[in-house]
Amino acid sequence: MDRYEQALRDHVRPRDWRNPKPREPYHLLVVGAGPAGLVAARAAAALGARVALIERDLLGGDCLNHGCVPSKALIRSARLYADMRNALNFGVREPANIEVDFAMAMQRMRRVRARISRVDSAAQLADAGIDVFFGVARFTGRTAVDVDGTELRFKKAMIATGSRPLLPAIAGLAEAGFLTNETVFDLTVLPKSLLVIGGGPLGCELAQAFARFGSRVAIAHAEPLFLPKEERDAAQMVSAALSRDGVEVHLNARVVCVRVEDGKRCVETVNDGNVTTIKVDQILTGIGRAPMIEGLGLEAAGVACDELAGIHVDDFLRTSNPRIYAAGDVCLEHKFTHSADAAARIVVRNALFLGRQRVSDLVIPWCTYTDPEIAHVGMYVRQARERGIPVKTFTVPMHDVDRAIADGEEEGFVKIHVREGTDKILGATIVARHAGDMINAITLALVAGIGLSTFARTIHTYPTQAEAIKQAADAYTRTRLTPWIARLLRFWVRK
Amino acid sequence: MQPSRRNKRDSKVRDGLGADGPSSAADDALLERIQRGAFEYFERNTNPRNGLVADTTREGAPSSIAVVGFALSAYPVGVERGWMTRADAVARTLVTLRFLISSDQSGRAGATGFNGFYFHFLDMQLGTRVWRSELSLIDSALLIAGVLTAAAYFSAKTPDETELRGLADALYQRVEWRWAEHAGAAVVHGWKPECGFLNYGWEGYSEAILLYVLGLGSPTHPLTENSFHAWTMTYQWENLYGFDFLYAGPLFIHQFSHAWIDFRGVQDEFMREKNCDYFENSRRATYVQREYARRNPHSFVGYGADCWGLSAGDGPSAPAQLIAGRRQGFYGYSARGAPYGPDDGTISASAMLASLVFAPEIVLPTLHSLVNEASANADERILASGFNQTVTDAEAGGWMSQGAFGLDQGMLVLMIENYRSGLLWRLGRDNPYIRSGMRRAGFAGGWI
Repeated sequence: MDRYEQALRDHVRPRDWRNPKPREPYHLLVVGAGPAGLVAARAAAALGARVALIERDLLGGDCLNHGCVPSKALIRSARLYADMRNALNFGVREPANIEVDFAMAMQRMRRVRARISRVDSAAQLADAGIDVFFGVARFTGRTAVDVDGTELRFKKAMIATGSRPLLPAIAGLAEAGFLTNETVFDLTVLPKSLLVIGGGPLGCELAQAFARFGSRVAIAHAEPLFLPKEERDAAQMVSAALSRDGVEVHLNARVVCVRVEDGKRCVETVNDGNVTTIKVDQILTGIGRAPMIEGLGLEAAGVACDELAGIHVDDFLRTSNPRIYAAGDVCLEHKFTHSADAAARIVVRNALFLGRQRVSDLVIPWCTYTDPEIAHVGMYVRQARERGIPVKTFTVPMHDVDRAIADGEEEGFVKIHVREGTDKILGATIVARHAGDMINAITLALVAGIGLSTFARTIHTYPTQAEAIKQAADAYTRTRLTPWIARLLRFWVRK
Repeated sequence: MQPSRRNKRDSKVRDGLGADGPSSAADDALLERIQRGAFEYFERNTNPRNGLVADTTREGAPSSIAVVGFALSAYPVGVERGWMTRADAVARTLVTLRFLISSDQSGRAGATGFNGFYFHFLDMQLGTRVWRSELSLIDSALLIAGVLTAAAYFSAKTPDETELRGLADALYQRVEWRWAEHAGAAVVHGWKPECGFLNYGWEGYSEAILLYVLGLGSPTHPLTENSFHAWTMTYQWENLYGFDFLYAGPLFIHQFSHAWIDFRGVQDEFMREKNCDYFENSRRATYVQREYARRNPHSFVGYGADCWGLSAGDGPSAPAQLIAGRRQGFYGYSARGAPYGPDDGTISASAMLASLVFAPEIVLPTLHSLVNEASANADERILASGFNQTVTDAEAGGWMSQGAFGLDQGMLVLMIENYRSGLLWRLGRDNPYIRSGMRRAGFAGGWI
């Protein structure tokens, strides 16, 4: 354990931590100190509520420890190696010897993680007036929780225990051993070869990153396209990007068994009846996530749940026990840090202040941090058409954006879907190197009810890649110029 | 920048059916030369004993059932143009249909087909499945389109032509289209004896419109009407480079169904909503392709207003090379498309020319430019599956695909003919199954 890991531990699970004496009953008791739990606890405490926050493992949850934070830190290092190899694209001589130092990249990742962990350290939370309990929480009734032998009573509670990696049922996999997002960031040596099982966001991001570090990477995905929720063009771009980075892509390939031969993991895949064997040093699985509901005593609390959907909540995030709410991965379809954050804020309002805010009103963007990134918000075209909404998409390829050309980052597009004949934005997909940043403007427009024509009237800094959005808006404006209006304007100019 | 809509002159038709005729005798002669050259493919690469046609001219190439469909459609053109006698065309067609009707439809690994559909690639001599290929829905549809075209053209009451029509009808009617709606309303891509239905569906606009029309028109095993609706739900109407159109990247998607079906002035529910039709849509897609080449985002050699056309076809398989500071790979045979690629600088001249019916005003100048620039091997370049002027490890003038591919030749024969006379469209319009299929898909207006 290096000093960064130690610093992280000091923040998220201090060795000498002593659980406080309960101040009963708590206005809000939060089970799980991931993004949702931390946000709810801080918000409620800031408003004067007595708050208990219980964590069985590490503060910060999956996002800080095994998810967004470490993966983005690693992706950044990997991207730089890719840029170095692609230096000529930027008018720079390629470095003579690009030697990957994986250990250094991992150390930076740990440093980043430790630094970000400061803000929500146990000490900081305690200073904010939150009673932080480390231990296993189990409901003992409709208003009580046991934490390793200590009973805590509450008026309202929120379950935010998050999710864990869904493990594929593949013969021989457990015996052969494999990595998940919970263990991959503990690697100290770059695997010479790696098979990623699952072409969702995690699989695609890490497949590309490890390939850029120099691993021989293959990725097997059971569907015909990566990122099944995304638009076909976006998914195909991910596929092309992975191939370009040297990833061996196996689409429509089901992994059927794993065996170990001569120290290598031999993985058999089946694609339309054709069997392929892939030999690798390591296997990383990323086929999805399952809600963490085990051992919570939900039956005693009167909270309905199932293994697939997790805790059942209504539109106000209330469980079948009206005193208990839930937020984050344990109950939401969209398992993102930012949706957990937003849900937690809803719970604080609804649970403590008689709020009636609905989770269905949330506009949730998301992004897959491959290079290029794939970001989406709102409806897909198909969803709109299924609801009988006529859709028109304004598309701007990034190769039409001056800044993208100047940056050598022309791959991708902005697609903004509007209700046909109007400027009402229904949704958008952006594929670009910084798509995750760019999508925020569209999200704001959706939340505020801003139409696409407003973007055309808004001066965008030139040159920026986000100007692609304005170009889409300009294209919309041009379509308003009907032949009749054009004739009228010509007549007016010539008179 | 929207291309001007077809005006009255644009829609002037020969014999009331064709698109714009060639604007000059010189153009007509040029088109005749190219079309004749393409037609020769079917004369030279057909097994006279079973009618199967090779996928390509390359040694050991199997037969592609889609190319057989193109051959069956090309023979009437050959008769009309005087390149083949009617008797010869009937004989060739009969050999093909007799083979198909008696072929092994058990679906076993060594069979020819299953449930009236056919495996994509067949042994040229034996007519049995090769390459573990899939039972292909779209390639079967292209074959059946050829079968129905032959039946519509050879309408004489002679014993041979009567038999021909009977066989064609039997082949069409035995296709179990409904079976292909396996995983929901939309039709699946295919099936294999080793694994059953393939895990692909027809998502987004594609050449499958012909497949749906033929499937919906079947009097015996029709697709459900909901199948077409389910498929069109995945359409995306986009504004790209200033053109509003139903998006698909490769040119062939905008062309294949149009070889047999005259989409001018007929609209389904989607096109009614967009105040457009599929013909006009292909016209716009053609303009988008040219616009993409003008922009030439990857700085490929030759691309411009008079050199464009990305589609499925052969390309170089050379090692990656640096182009404008970028490491560019080459993709071999691939479905290239605009604007998102894949694109490695390979142009399909035949695909460009197959858009002649849609936008002659930009296709003919491009053809002229191609002929002038590559006068020595112009025809070869047009008939080739692709050429690439960017790749540097080839001889001066770049890389060109060797030999010829049947699909390209078929499209050239049919689409040039539709431009010159509208023959295939007329045959399609007269076909009751196609009419019925179009109506069941929700098409109305025009000739429906």
